[in-house]
Formats: sequence, C-alpha cells, structure tokens
Amino acid sequence: MTSKTGSKKSESKKTGAERKFRVVGTRPIRHDGWDKVLGRAVFGADIKLPGLVHGAVLRSPYAHARIVKIDLSKAEAAPGVLAVMTGADMPIAASKVLDLGEEVTNAVFASDRVMARTKAVYKGHPVAAVAAVDHNVALEALRLIEVSYEVLPHVVTIEQAMAPGAPLVHDDLVGSDIGERVEHTNVADHIRYEVGDPEAAFAEAATIVELECRVSRAHQGYIEPQNATALWHQDGKLTVWTSTQGSFSQRNSLSSVLMMPASSIKVVPMEIGGGFGGKIGIYLEPLAAILSRKCGHPVKLVMERRDVFDATGPGPGGIIRVKMGVDAHGVITAATADIRYGAGAYPGASINPAAVCVFACYRVPNARIDAYDVVINLSKTAAYRAPGSPQASFATETVVDEICRRIGMDPAEFRLLNATRGGDRRTDGPTFPRIGNVETVEAIRGSAHYRAKLGRASSPTKKRGRGMASGYWQGIGNKSTVTINVNNDGVVSLIEGSADIGGTRTSIAMQAAEILGIAAEDVHPAVVDTDSIGYTDLTAGSRTTYATGAAAIQAAEQVVEEMKKRAALVWETDEANVRFADGVFTNGAAKNQHLTFKELCGKLDTTGGHVSTTGVVNIRGSGGGSFATHLVDVEVDTDTGKVEILRYTAAQDAGKAVHPAYVEGQMEGGAVQGIGWALNEEYVVGDDGVMQNATFLDYRMPTSLDVPMIDTIIVEVPNERHPFGVRGIGETCIVPPMPAISNALRDALGVRLTELPMKPGRIMAALQAQAGP
Amino acid sequence: MTQAPLPKAHVRCQLNGQPVEFLADQHMSLLEVLREVLDLTGTKEGCNDGNCGACTVSMDGRIVDSCLVLAPEVDGRTIETIEGMAPPGGLHPLQRSFLEEAALQCGICTPGFLISAKALLEREPDADEHRIRHWLAGNLCRCTGYDKIVRAVLRAETAMAPKAAAGRTRRKKSA
Ligand code: FES
Ligand code: FES
Repeated sequence: MTSKTGSKKSESKKTGAERKFRVVGTRPIRHDGWDKVLGRAVFGADIKLPGLVHGAVLRSPYAHARIVKIDLSKAEAAPGVLAVMTGADMPIAASKVLDLGEEVTNAVFASDRVMARTKAVYKGHPVAAVAAVDHNVALEALRLIEVSYEVLPHVVTIEQAMAPGAPLVHDDLVGSDIGERVEHTNVADHIRYEVGDPEAAFAEAATIVELECRVSRAHQGYIEPQNATALWHQDGKLTVWTSTQGSFSQRNSLSSVLMMPASSIKVVPMEIGGGFGGKIGIYLEPLAAILSRKCGHPVKLVMERRDVFDATGPGPGGIIRVKMGVDAHGVITAATADIRYGAGAYPGASINPAAVCVFACYRVPNARIDAYDVVINLSKTAAYRAPGSPQASFATETVVDEICRRIGMDPAEFRLLNATRGGDRRTDGPTFPRIGNVETVEAIRGSAHYRAKLGRASSPTKKRGRGMASGYWQGIGNKSTVTINVNNDGVVSLIEGSADIGGTRTSIAMQAAEILGIAAEDVHPAVVDTDSIGYTDLTAGSRTTYATGAAAIQAAEQVVEEMKKRAALVWETDEANVRFADGVFTNGAAKNQHLTFKELCGKLDTTGGHVSTTGVVNIRGSGGGSFATHLVDVEVDTDTGKVEILRYTAAQDAGKAVHPAYVEGQMEGGAVQGIGWALNEEYVVGDDGVMQNATFLDYRMPTSLDVPMIDTIIVEVPNERHPFGVRGIGETCIVPPMPAISNALRDALGVRLTELPMKPGRIMAALQAQAGP
Repeated sequence: MTQAPLPKAHVRCQLNGQPVEFLADQHMSLLEVLREVLDLTGTKEGCNDGNCGACTVSMDGRIVDSCLVLAPEVDGRTIETIEGMAPPGGLHPLQRSFLEEAALQCGICTPGFLISAKALLEREPDADEHRIRHWLAGNLCRCTGYDKIVRAVLRAETAMAPKAAAGRTRRKKSA
C-alpha cells in the first residue's frame, strides 16, 4: 500500500473575525484519558453490583412469525434460574410519540420492538428472557423454552414491501401518503417538499442527468455491544446502568414502555464504547428491569455480536433516484429526488433528514423531493451518523459528478458556482444563516492533494482515479444543563448529563475554562446520572460540544458574575468596579488590586461561602449545520475489482474547533466508516430473511491496513448561534466518502457504480458490461 | 443440563507479574475468567469470536484473543493484560502517546490496541507505518479511522528509542 504520512496537524483554514482564545483551539490531554488507557474506565458491561445476576434473551429465528405458544415451565424449573419473562410481562404502552432527538418513534413500537407479544417481525426479535445465577445457566435455560411459531411470509426489500398484495409487516399499520390516511400498507409515510416548477425547468435545461442509486443498510459497528443492568427497587423505583447516548431520552423511553413515571427511574450512564446513533433507542433495558422486578436482584444483560447485527438498528438501506438539470452555464435549474428507505420492522427511517440534506449543498430553484418510509421484516433501523443524509447524498453527488463530466466543468468550480450560501433557501424551506459550504470546497481546491498529480498506477492492470464529493448535516440544538461547583483551591467541578463518546468531557470543560480564564486541566468534568443533573438531551445530532458547551459557557459566566461580587467584598468596593479578564479580577477603582481566579477561590469561605452555578439552555437548531467536502484517490485492480484508497483529504466546517485533535478524529473516523460503507459493508440477507454475515469477519469493517492516513482540513466559519462560533461536527464526515469514491471509480474506470457497497464483484460486473458481450 | 457438570479446572498462572490461582468452568474463556472471576474488566469483549481484538492479551509473550483461549489452557502460562501495562503511578510510553495523539475516542478498543502495539514494539522497535498497520489489523477501531492510533505508535517508538537512535527513527518516519 502507499504509505503517506500527512502533516501532523490538520491544515486550518480560518474565515471571518476571530476572537482571541486561550484554551479553545488547544489540544489538552482528555480528562478521562488515564482511566481509558489504563483499562480502568467502567463501561456498561463492566459493572459489578452486590447480588448481581445475569440474563439472556431468546430471539426469534424467523423474520416474520406468529407466536403460537410459549412453554416456560422447563426453564422456570431449571436450577439456578431466577426469573423468566415474555411479552406477556410487558405493560401495554400507550400510543405516544417519542422524540429522541435523532430518532422519532412511537412508544407502542418501541415497546413491541424490545419484546414480541403476538408475532415476531424480524429475525432476532426477543420472545423471552431469563435471569439466572450466571450467564451460562441463563443461556442453558433459553434452550429449555419451547416456542411454537407459525412462520409467515416476509418482506425484506423495499420492492417486496411496496409490491401490490405484499405481506404486511403490521396488519394494523396506518400509513400517511402526503397526509392521506392509508390502511393495509407497508409504506408508513410518504412526505413531499416542493419549490418552484421542476418540470418546466427541466424542459428548459441544457443538460439533465438522472441516476437511480441503491444503498445497503449498514451498521454503526460500535465495538461495544449493547448492555443494560437494572435494579427494580422494592419501593417501586428503578435504576438502570447502561451504555447510552442519552440518559434522559433513555429515561423517557423507559417511562413510556414500562408505564412508570420518569422521575421514578434513574439512568446511570456508563462509559460508552461507541454509538454513532445506534445507542439512542432502548433494547435490553426494559427486559433487565422486568427480570429484576421478578427476581429481586440486579440483572445484567449484554448482547452478543450476532444479536447486535440482527436486532439493533443499523442505518437504512434505500433506493434513491435523483434527477438534476443545469442551464448552458452549468447553473442548476431543477432537481427532483425520490427517496425510499427500508425502515426495518417499525416506521422511522429518517426520511425527513434525508429530504433536508439531499440538495442542501446546492441552490436548487425548482425542486421536488418525495421520501418514503417503508417497513420491512428486518430489525428497525436507527440513527447512523447524519441519519438519512449519506444515502440520499450518494445519489445527488454522483449525479453532480456526471453533470460535470457531461458539460466538461471542474467539480470544484461546479460546486462553487452552485453552492448554497448564507441567505439561501434550503430546499425543504428554512433559510441558511452563515454557513461554510463554499469554504470547504475552496479548502479542498486549495489543498496540496488537489494540486498533486494522481500519478501512474502501480501495474498495467491497475487504474487510478480521483473523486470529490460534498455533504451536509443540519445537526440539532435542544436542551442541556451544566452545573459548575467552584472549589476553594481554584479547581472547578463541571457536572453534565451528556454521554461522552469521543472526548466531549474535554471539549465542554475547555469552553468553561475559556470563560473562567483557567487551564482546561483545572476544570474537572463528570458525567452523572439523571437524578444528579438537569435535563440534558442526548449525545447525537452533533449537539454535545455545541449545546452542552453553550450551557457550560453560561454556567461559567454566572461563576464570573458571582466571583466579581466576592472580589468587591474583598476590596470593599462597588461590584461595578471589578473587571475580569484572562483569569484575573482587577479593581478598576484602585491601583494594584488584582486577584487571580485561583486566589479569589481561596477567599470564598470568608466572602459568603461556596459558589455553585447552573447553565440551562434550550437552543433552537444548530445554527446552520456543518458542510464538508472530501477528495479521494483510488487505485483499482481491474483483474480483481479490489479498490485501494491511495490518498484521502477531508475538509469540514467546524465553526470553531474547540479541541482540534478530536475534531480531526471525528473527520477521520467518519471518513473511514464511509470508506467501509462505500466498499465493503452491507447486510447480506438470505431468502429466509436472515442476515447471513452477522459477524465482524463477514461484515467487513475497515481495518488499519485498509486505509491510509486521512488528511484533514478544519474550516472555521463561525456559527452565529454559539458564543465561540462552534458547530457540531460529528456527523457530516460520513456523507461524502461514498459518492467521492464512486466518482473516483468513474474517473479511473469510465463506469458509474450506483450501488453500495462497490465491492469487487460489482466493479467486475460493471467492467464486463462496459466491455460488452 | 442433564449431564453432570464437569469439575472446575484448577488453574495456576502468572498474571501481570503475580502468581494467580483460580477455579474456572472448563468451557470458560480466558476473557470470561479475567472479567468475571478475576475482576479485571480492562480487557473488553466486542465479539466473543476472535474478530475484533478488543480482548487482546499477551500470553507467554504472544498476543492472543482472550475470547478464543479456554481458561484451562492458561495453566502454567504468563498472562499480561492492560492492568499490568503501566509502571506504578505512571504510564507506559504507548499509553502516554495514545493520550497525546488523541488516539482514542470511545476508548473501548484502546486496551486491545495497547497490548498489541506493545508486543509489536518489543519485537520491532522501529516498525514503519505499513508494518504498524499490518500488525494492528487484528484490532478493530470504529471511531478513529486508525490515523491517530498509527501516529501514536510511531510517537511511542521515538519516545522509547535509545537516545542515539532517536534521530534515525525520526528521519525514517518523515521519509
Ligand atoms: S472479543 Fe475477542 S476478538 Fe472480539
Ligand atoms: S476508540 Fe472507539 S472503537 Fe476505537
């Protein structure tokens, strides 16, 4: 492989006015780092509790089957078995929309998904669960449960599900076809956005390109399987220890599914081994809770990897048709999109974000977007990094590339000509505030990679190509709470409710440190349970550094205000005379009176006692979202269809990178996940409706050997809605890789790959089709 | 369930420099023993079938997926886990370079990577990028894209190199 060690730090491209930062923009060691490299951090599956017992879950072997009878008697009688449960033990949830930030579902579906009652609607659907003295006894007991199924015909593709007379995943599903009620359908929702008159504009267009793309469902692939430990206390309260992206949204879901008040549930967020959107919903938690209620012990459940693939939510696969027309100058005049996603066994395949993102990078005066949420007999999909955007954007970005080729325009020029800017209307309605779309394209155009020659292929049967693609994710704002407690020694404790999946303790602490004028290390962050901090939305939607960061800034500002009062007391002066800058309080009314933050902390006890503040935010929206443009060089072996990534550069707008190393880390990780989706990752589902590759051996995620260094360019176009200009950056980075690689393959081979993954077999087939019979 | 359970295995081994003795069910994996019997939860489970490397430990100086090793096989062996990697009160150079290079995001894969990388550097203290990528290909990381992990290993090589060789190592890497 080509070894390319890129620059150590990312190129940084700054735009616009810049505030002078002392902490923000530096690269301190993360606060939880020592525990994590020492093996001391306690992840969900690591928890030990007095009296802890272990559970296991029996799952449907069929994609669609009526549960005729379950005989638990042998399992219940087995030595060491403490409790057995089925769907009959689950409360009947009331219909209620659960808006979990990046995932919206109905409590009835959320409940049914965690355990089947009358029928299993996906392979791996839980039908019973056992708690026992140890895990192996629980596993043995599962084999003693006798379930008789009546196997039903299933639908696992969008075509199957939408065909006339298709078997219904849910007999009683009521769908909506642009607001019209539809019964007896697998199409849960069809939405439409329209602006202008696309048909008339197409009629006038100089060039039109239309492609139909297919995208496989792909799993987030977090290395830590789902887990949950629950203790149902005798007084009716419930404590749940789990790896979750959102302890409060988890609490809301549990409240709705277990039909108990949210305030009676305490969710303790454990260290979380990756999420990417996949650890928002509930899976094992209600089962552990009910088993605990039945046996009186805390019960731990941990998923097996096979079940993670079978029964948790990957991102949806889909069929996406995009048509785009440009005038004689290459200006986009019209575009339409038809987006169909396979939601899995319950509605909710992020079709709305797909519609938001599909044309977000471009000014499209005349557009129509239709999006369909289709239920199929596979596990319900979940959010996966920029949920809904990558699939739809794959079609848009490959169409854009074809247009560029057709009209002979450089893809960067085309983007600069057509890119959305602040003040432009996003196709689904809202007007963009200040955004960094153009700037990411310019960053790529100005990169060393863009200027470098592609170079000759390493052998005559290999071909090289280069591709570019852009992407967008809108992100969210929402609610966060941060409490700061000031200690007498000048160190502050920062209490937050945001799960830290990738260093956000530090990026949030740094924002508080910036305001307080102290070192990042002098802020001690702690992620605490739902009883110990105010409501905080989940770590998803690229919101944590942005919104919880804003709450931290607010709490820190309150600390400064209170500390000014204390300084005024010390100096016996009016509070208005006290100034604070760079971590030093100064008496403006006297000479040489100043106290550092730390010094003043030492005087708190004599000036009224400790200082404790809380920042509470509920931010509408993300402030425009984050754009990215990626550039990739590939080399394809035309004998085998194997693709090697030679060079990769990702540019993304971070607004203001709080901890640049972790911003780069998101960009690098997102790019590599995208490379996996582009080239290898897919659910191979057999005729029996069962996934055939449910191991890490067969579900081929990139290894270190499959990818080069990922060069990153952090673009900084400040977000007007955040005090420091921060934008959420965790998700956009997975949007461009798939189309960038398709565009590079097109460049290398002259064929267009429209189906993901672009695995060797597909590449060879495309080459054979190109060669003709 | 009808069979009489096999007697537990009585296992003696060296674990992180200390003699350890335990009883384990015959079918238990080393991973289960470490996590459930010995309370060493620093070694992680990602797949339980030898395909992710989260459970990597060193056995007699070789790296193994502890989920694939049966507990009775450990008798008489020397095992090193993440808990034994750092000197008291400090960090191994790899642990330090992982922190400095931000080579972990969620951190679930980190113990496995550290154990693997340590074994590599003990054999090949100046392994180049390609060699590092090759060696670490048995460890999956879903968060980082590997870039910063590879850089951290290169950085640790420099930190661990004898003074005289440090310059040479640096030159090689930037080549
Ligand atoms: S848990 Fe052992 S290799 Fe994955
Ligand atoms: S840091 Fe999360 S899997 Fe590697």
